[in-house]
Amino acid sequence: MIDFLIYKSILVLIIFTITLVVAMYATYGERKVAAFLQDRIGPNRAGPFGILQPLADGLKFFMKEEIIPNVSNKFLFIFGPCLAMITAMMAGVLVPWGDTLVIGGKEFSLQISDLNIGVLYFFGVGSIGVYGIMIGGWASNNKFSLLSAIRASAQMISYELAMGISIIALIAVTGTLSLKEISAMQAGGVGSDWNMWNIVYHPLGFLIFIVCAFAECNRAPFDLAECETELIGGYHTEYSSMKLGFYLFAEYINMFVSSAIISTLYFGGYNFPFMNDLGLDHNTITILGTVFLFAKIFFFIFFFMWVRWTLPRFRYDQLMNLGWKVLLPLSIANLLVTAGIALWLDK
Amino acid sequence: MTLNLFYFLAFLGILCALLVVFSKNPVHSVLYLILTFFAIAGHYVLLNAQFLAVVHVIVYAGAIMVLFLHVLMLLNLNQDAEPHKSGALKFAAAICSGALLIILIASLKGTNLITAEQTVVADLGTVKNLGKVLFTDYLLPFEITSVLLMASMIGAVMLGKPEKNQSTE
Repeated sequence: MIDFLIYKSILVLIIFTITLVVAMYATYGERKVAAFLQDRIGPNRAGPFGILQPLADGLKFFMKEEIIPNVSNKFLFIFGPCLAMITAMMAGVLVPWGDTLVIGGKEFSLQISDLNIGVLYFFGVGSIGVYGIMIGGWASNNKFSLLSAIRASAQMISYELAMGISIIALIAVTGTLSLKEISAMQAGGVGSDWNMWNIVYHPLGFLIFIVCAFAECNRAPFDLAECETELIGGYHTEYSSMKLGFYLFAEYINMFVSSAIISTLYFGGYNFPFMNDLGLDHNTITILGTVFLFAKIFFFIFFFMWVRWTLPRFRYDQLMNLGWKVLLPLSIANLLVTAGIALWLDK
Repeated sequence: MTLNLFYFLAFLGILCALLVVFSKNPVHSVLYLILTFFAIAGHYVLLNAQFLAVVHVIVYAGAIMVLFLHVLMLLNLNQDAEPHKSGALKFAAAICSGALLIILIASLKGTNLITAEQTVVADLGTVKNLGKVLFTDYLLPFEITSVLLMASMIGAVMLGKPEKNQSTE
């Protein structure tokens, strides 16, 4: 029992740290990618290649003056960014960061918890995440913040539907909700046992999922909640100092976790091609698998940034049209076709 | 351990439910209601019904309450805007809810207290078992519920549609 607790605590601590560090350097990465796409240099003053820029940014956030508007509800005003941060951190529990490590004859899984509700937990956490924005926007007592909070909530609910249905198509084929089993089913790749990644079977589902993931993370081109040209700063207009930092940081954590989920669901998770043909021992393959998973995650984080600096922001009615009139019917059609084929092949 | 958790969740649930009623600010009421839903979801987890718990959180706390909050924030209710009910109305409401309370308590009196069967099966509430039960034993109620939901959905779309005469003008 004690062993179990220590091992889980260490795992949680490691994943917590990795999430924070990746999110921290994602801010640096975002600025570098933006600079690259706009033919600029980007941050290059703090340390070699500006590598210390995130630390400098963090320090600056802490040193800034803390302003809480007089009229706002103080508790909810502080609670908003905390909730955004907490829910962002919670989703990482589920992702299988690797296969098992065998140390001293004992097997240690690199997943914090394998719930049988699996993927649904991710949706649960995501649907609570919107409260961080809503509570913060309302407690600011600023009409722009309020408008932004309302936009964010409507957007989240609209896109959650299409996202959920696109996932059901995948679950209908895999027959399990557990992310660990979904990863295991994609093992092998091109090699001894021929298991394709899910992207081969669900290209449309993947497309719908990633578009909805953009919307759920409030990333451009769906960042209407913080549309500067209309709403000043959106829900965090009234925030300053580290509370603003929390909101911005939560976005990057969400991006990291979404990338991890996308990689696990559609791109084989910790599996890589020829993994069983290399003749390496179990632990080496596990560690290599984790490295590959992170490579996939970093690619998707890059993809998020790439899209942000390439596409302009949608108009609000376009956003709703896309969500309800395009993505939702598409995902339902995808579900029906996928389920039909799965049933046909089964017989 | 489980019993302590139960008492904690029950206390939290009842406290938040009371706060829903007694809060002056409607937005605070909704936030307390969300906490109540979480307490109930916790009870589901204690009963090994993880699927029910997570669906409860997604549907009620995650979607329906967001819409409640959405509407309340748009209305921006405050003390002055609250309509003042007449004394007679308050009196009638008190009598009605009091009668309901008595009926509820009376219905409890007739039941002989069966100690809940200890059906602690670890995979009782898993998706697989729930799906099997829904599509075999409870197929008819399940289908009827979906027809009901479909009808309400169509009704909502009909209500939301702009009227033809107005749109052609």
